Amino acid sequence: MIRWLLWIMGGLMLGGLVHLTTILALPRTASRDAYARLAPLVPVHGFVLLPAPTPEASSVPFMDPAFAVAACRYDLAKGPIKLTVPVSQAYTSVTFYTRYDVAYYAINDRAAGRRSIELDLMTTKQRDDLPDDEEVTAADRLIVESPSLTGLIVARAFAPEPSLLPAATAALRAAQCKPQ
Amino acid sequence: MRLLIGLILSLVIAAGIGLGSTWYALTQNLSFGALELGAWKGYPRNGTVGIDPYARAAIARNGELPVGSGDGVAFSTAVDDDGRMLDGRCDVVVRGTTPPARYFTITLYTPSGRLVANSLDRYGFTSQELVREASGEFEITVSPRVRHGNWLPTGGIDSYVLMLRFYDTSLGITTRAGREAPMPAIRLTRNCQ
Repeated sequence: MIRWLLWIMGGLMLGGLVHLTTILALPRTASRDAYARLAPLVPVHGFVLLPAPTPEASSVPFMDPAFAVAACRYDLAKGPIKLTVPVSQAYTSVTFYTRYDVAYYAINDRAAGRRSIELDLMTTKQRDDLPDDEEVTAADRLIVESPSLTGLIVARAFAPEPSLLPAATAALRAAQCKPQ
Repeated sequence: MRLLIGLILSLVIAAGIGLGSTWYALTQNLSFGALELGAWKGYPRNGTVGIDPYARAAIARNGELPVGSGDGVAFSTAVDDDGRMLDGRCDVVVRGTTPPARYFTITLYTPSGRLVANSLDRYGFTSQELVREASGEFEITVSPRVRHGNWLPTGGIDSYVLMLRFYDTSLGITTRAGREAPMPAIRLTRNCQ
């Protein structure tokens, strides 16, 4: 009897381990995560406008229909990325996601100021490798450190009413993300 | 023989408990650190690197892109203030004011995150579009039939999710419930189709 109880206890403990392992492994094994869904549509180092969500189709679930959305995939293996997103009339934001969909940085037009959101994206190592003088001249440029080599940049421009959506979309057409 | 049966029993229990609890956690959207304001639940931490493993797993599984914390905060609910499931065949009244934000949007989705088809192509309101009362409060009627004022059509689906997103807001991880963050009340009425 005791022997069976021990087997059951062992099973329960192993079950807990299976639970934790699957929860922690899931983000890296999910084949239909946002990055995987967008990869066929979105090039590396170029912004593409995502189709506006409709009842029939949506690039990712729970997209806000009041926004024009453009996405760019990046790969920092060959060097830092320079990002320029023109600010639209109402509200513009840029969010950075790692390859596994963690939103590690987001900035909006007020925080960025000026007429466009401009920044450099690089790994911590690439930042450390910047020559000192360059760091000084780049002091007014915003530098964002990516925790991963690859990831996703999503620019969103707000349309306070549907008739302003074309203008928001037009602003994002000029968005750029490319190697320096 | 006894050893083999014991081992198999143990492994079956492990697989059942382990995978079952993972499945349960993901389908029930179990995640920690919710900011609960009335029926609305928001997860400001999901837009940061501090996102908890359960939310990460659920987001990866659903294929969502969480709102980044420098962008805004998203709140959602599938129930009214009394905990009743929102039913697209009934009238639901969303009424009140919102915490300070440069803009907000309120959007109606199917539980899987699709927009809901309707003849007006109206899927939600932005803070600019809402018709407000003199007091600054607004009232949205979520209903399958035409309503005057701010009408959000449900297309008659049985269940749906309302999402309230605030952009450029001070709401976030440090927000405490209460006067700091007045959220609109949600009331399911008995007025059903």
